[in-house]
Parts: sequence; C-alpha cells; structure tokens
Amino acid sequence: MAVKVIERKPLSWAERTYLPQILSGLRITFRNMFKPKVTVEYPEERPPIPAGYRGVPTLVRDPEGREKCVSCQLCEFVCPPKAIRITPGEIPEDSPYANVEKAPKEFEIDMLRCIYCGLCQEVCPEEAIFLQNTYSVTGTSRAEFVYNKAKLYEIGGTLPDKHFKWEKKRRAAEHGNAH
Amino acid sequence: MDVVDILIRFGLGLLVISLVMGVCMYSVLAERKVSSWIQGRVGPNRTRVPLIGSIPIIGNMLTRLGIFQPLADGGKFLFKEDVIPAHVHKMYYVLAPIIAFVPALVTVSVVPFGQYVDAATGVVKTIILANVDVGILLVFAIASLGVYSIILAGWASNSKYPFLGGIRATAQMISYELAMTLSIVPVFMWVNAPGTPGTLSLVRVVEAQNDWWFVLSQPASAVIFLIALFAETNRLPFDMPESETDLVSGYHTEYSSFKFGFFFVGEYANMTVGACVTALVFFGGWHPLPWVTWTDVAGWTGLAWFNTGIIGALLAVSIFVLKAFFFLFFFIWVRWTVPRFRYDQVMRIGWRGLLPFAIANLVLYAILIAVWERYVV
Repeated sequence: MAVKVIERKPLSWAERTYLPQILSGLRITFRNMFKPKVTVEYPEERPPIPAGYRGVPTLVRDPEGREKCVSCQLCEFVCPPKAIRITPGEIPEDSPYANVEKAPKEFEIDMLRCIYCGLCQEVCPEEAIFLQNTYSVTGTSRAEFVYNKAKLYEIGGTLPDKHFKWEKKRRAAEHGNAH
Repeated sequence: MDVVDILIRFGLGLLVISLVMGVCMYSVLAERKVSSWIQGRVGPNRTRVPLIGSIPIIGNMLTRLGIFQPLADGGKFLFKEDVIPAHVHKMYYVLAPIIAFVPALVTVSVVPFGQYVDAATGVVKTIILANVDVGILLVFAIASLGVYSIILAGWASNSKYPFLGGIRATAQMISYELAMTLSIVPVFMWVNAPGTPGTLSLVRVVEAQNDWWFVLSQPASAVIFLIALFAETNRLPFDMPESETDLVSGYHTEYSSFKFGFFFVGEYANMTVGACVTALVFFGGWHPLPWVTWTDVAGWTGLAWFNTGIIGALLAVSIFVLKAFFFLFFFIWVRWTVPRFRYDQVMRIGWRGLLPFAIANLVLYAILIAVWERYVV
C-alpha cells in the first residue's frame, strides 16, 4: 500500500482565532435543529423488529389446534441456562392424536434465566418452539417471569404450516406402512 | 418618599424578580429542548398539568413543547430530600447558594426594559427599577460577587471535586472579568463625549445607539465582551466550575435539592442578565433596527402610538425582550456546538488572547475617538 504523506499546513491567523470554525459549527448545529428527529417515542411508537429477531420463546399449535410439542425434552437438555422445565405427559387413547403418544403436561420457561439464544428453536424436531418478536417482558415478582404452558401457547399462537406430519403417519400406519 | 411609593416599588421589584425567575425556569426548558433538537431528539414532552393539559389541541401542543416541564422540575427541587453532608462547614455551605442567588437577581434592578413617551406629559419615560447613573458598573460589581458563592461552595463542601471546581472557577472568573471590563470601556468613552455629563447608565448607552449600534461601530469590543460573558456566566465552552467531565459536577457536587436549585437558577439568572446587558450595550437595546428608533418610526408614519403610551412601551419592551431571548438562545446554541476548553486553554485564552486584545482594542478606540472628536465633529 502506497503511503501518501499529507503535508500539514500551519494554521492560518483566522483559524488560530478559532472563531470562523465556531461560526461554521454554529451553522451546522442550527441546520440540525430542523432535521427530522431520530427519537422513537417508545410506548406509543415501537421500533421495527428485524427478521430473525430472537425474542421470547413460545410454544405453537398447528393449524388444527393440536399442540405441536411432543415433550421429547430436547430443548430442555440443550438449553444452556436451563431455563426450560418440561413435565412429560401421555396423550389419552381416545384422543384423535393418540398416535402422537406424548404431549407436555406442563411446560415452563423461566424468562429471567432464558438468554434468548434460540437453541431450543434450532433443536426442536417438531418445530414446536419459536422465538418470537416480544421483547418487553415485565413483571413484579420472580414467579411472574416463569411462563407456564398456557401462557406460552397464548403468546405463541398457531404456526400455519401444512405438513400434518402425525396425520400422515397415522394414515400410513392404517394402510400398513408405518414409514 | 411616602409609604405608598415604597410599596409600589416593592411590588414592582417583586414583579420583575418573579419575571426573571420565570425566564430562568423556561431557559432551563429551552436548554433541554434546543439541545435535544440539535442532537436530533425531541426533548421533554410528557409533563402535563391537569386542567390546561386536557384542552383538546392546545393542551397536547403545550405538552409536546414541554411547557409544563419547569413546574415539575421546580417541584422536584422543592420536595427532594435536602442532604447536608456531615463533613461540610455548615454555615458557609448554606450561605453559598444564597450568595449565588441574590446578586444574580439584584443586577436586574438596573436593567432598563424600554422607553416610551408619556402620552399626557410628553416626557420620555424609562421602564426600569432603579435608574441609577452607575448602571453598568453596578452590574459588574454585583455580578462579580457571584464568584464568592462558588469559592465558598467549593471550600465549605470540604471535598476534592468541589474544591478543584471552586479554584478553577475563581481563576476563570477573575481572568475574564478584566477582559470584559476593558472591552466595554471604549463604548463608554464614546457615550461620554466631552461636554456631556458623564454617565455609566445603561439607559444612556441605548440612547447613544440611535444611529450606529455599538456592535457595528465597535465589533471587536462586542466579540471580546461576548466571549468574556460566556466565561463569566460559566457557560460552555468555559465550564471550569462545573467540569462535568472531570470534576463530577464541580462546586455543587455536594449540594442537593433546593440548594442546588439556587445555584441552578442563579446561573440562569446571570445568563439572563448577561443577555440583557449584551442587548443593551451592543445591540441597541429597544431600538428595532440599526439607524431606526421607535421615535423615527413614529415620525415617518405619523402615528404617535409607535413610541407613545402603552403600545409604545409594549413595542419597545418586546423588541428588547426579543433581543435578550435571542442571546439566551445564542448561549444555549453555542453550548451544544463547541467542545469545552481544557483548564490551561481557558487560562491561555484569557490572559494571552483576550486581555491583550482588549487592551489593544481600548487603545485603538481611544485614538480613533480622539481623532474623531478633534477633526470630524
């Protein structure tokens, strides 16, 4: 890389008085006063959330309303701060989704422990847990920050995918072709 | 002077003081608003008082402008806990904010706000609390008492940062007072032409600017005066007493609540008086334009009310207030433009820059005025 030596000119008399520089500075700040403001006035105005933002982890249902989680507990194992606690449960025999076999009886995420790394979402084989856009988690006690299953489904909503993996599996099994 | 007269003067004094206090409160708001506008922010826009704030459109507009913010700020100063640290010298510690506050308000008494012709008698009247002949001298003398408050606060706080702030402030204010006083001498040399009764009155200075404003005839004096004024009012770029960046907050580090409020308001009152004096001495006081006075306007248009009676008084006062407000804005504007000087730079500018320049300016104008008096007039 070629080195370019820039000659430093000695300051002129006007520059040494510092006043012309102050005047040009004043001109700049005066113009700045009329430029559009950059402030986001928070509670009324929300910042745009970029795609792939990692907010609060939530549980989702499929379009039929079935809870997608099968309580395999992979997220619980992968979670670095151990924020997730799953109590596995069985799906009763008379349920239309009996072939899924398992669903969480209780699913708790401690939002104070969660580091919003997204590993749970990455590891989930059922696409049942997603980090969503909610970034403002508030509460007045530690207990309030432990989100239980109902709350997680409530803020999670429905994932509009059309795989219906378990439905296909059930039909395949009925036709004697389990795989 | 009978009792009624004294009471009227007392009332007028109270009125002016409360007006100045109001201006101080709102210049704090202006400081916050202008700084945020310059930095691309919106500034205080949430405070709302119950009744006025709920008027449909105006209430919202005022809230957005932060008009009610000074009330909240003032309330905060009133009701916060007033801590007196155990290690301070109590008497001087309490005395310092009072000394900061009182001189700042006293100087307002000799500031004239306008002139008008009394409709009944045809006499030119000045709107002023005390039309003393030593006007500018009194302003300088009383205003320089303010430095004692900073020394006392720095010393009485008995802690490192206030002490350093106090010392720096003392050095700065004494250094710049010299240049400030010298810069204003040529103006008064011109005002006190031979054969006229000598005066240092601020009213006479304005009357002497019927044609040329002194900023036009003596620009160098005006520049020196303004720079020194920044130093005297402890405004950035000369914020040695406070030095937020290296001395926590300088001489008032140990002060809280209302005592801090006194320093705060005192500083802004000094600023207000400084802006008034600049407008009066160099920028033609209540004259609307250079070479144009309200009497001229009344003469050209043939409408007497331009300089007579209540409307004349209001016109004069509003022009003067407008100028003073511009300089208040200018103080704020400069603060959010120029980075602060280092302590040694402040001393160098004061002693090696401004002081010789002020002396040279004085000598030059002494010669010029002498030549003018001898050969031109």
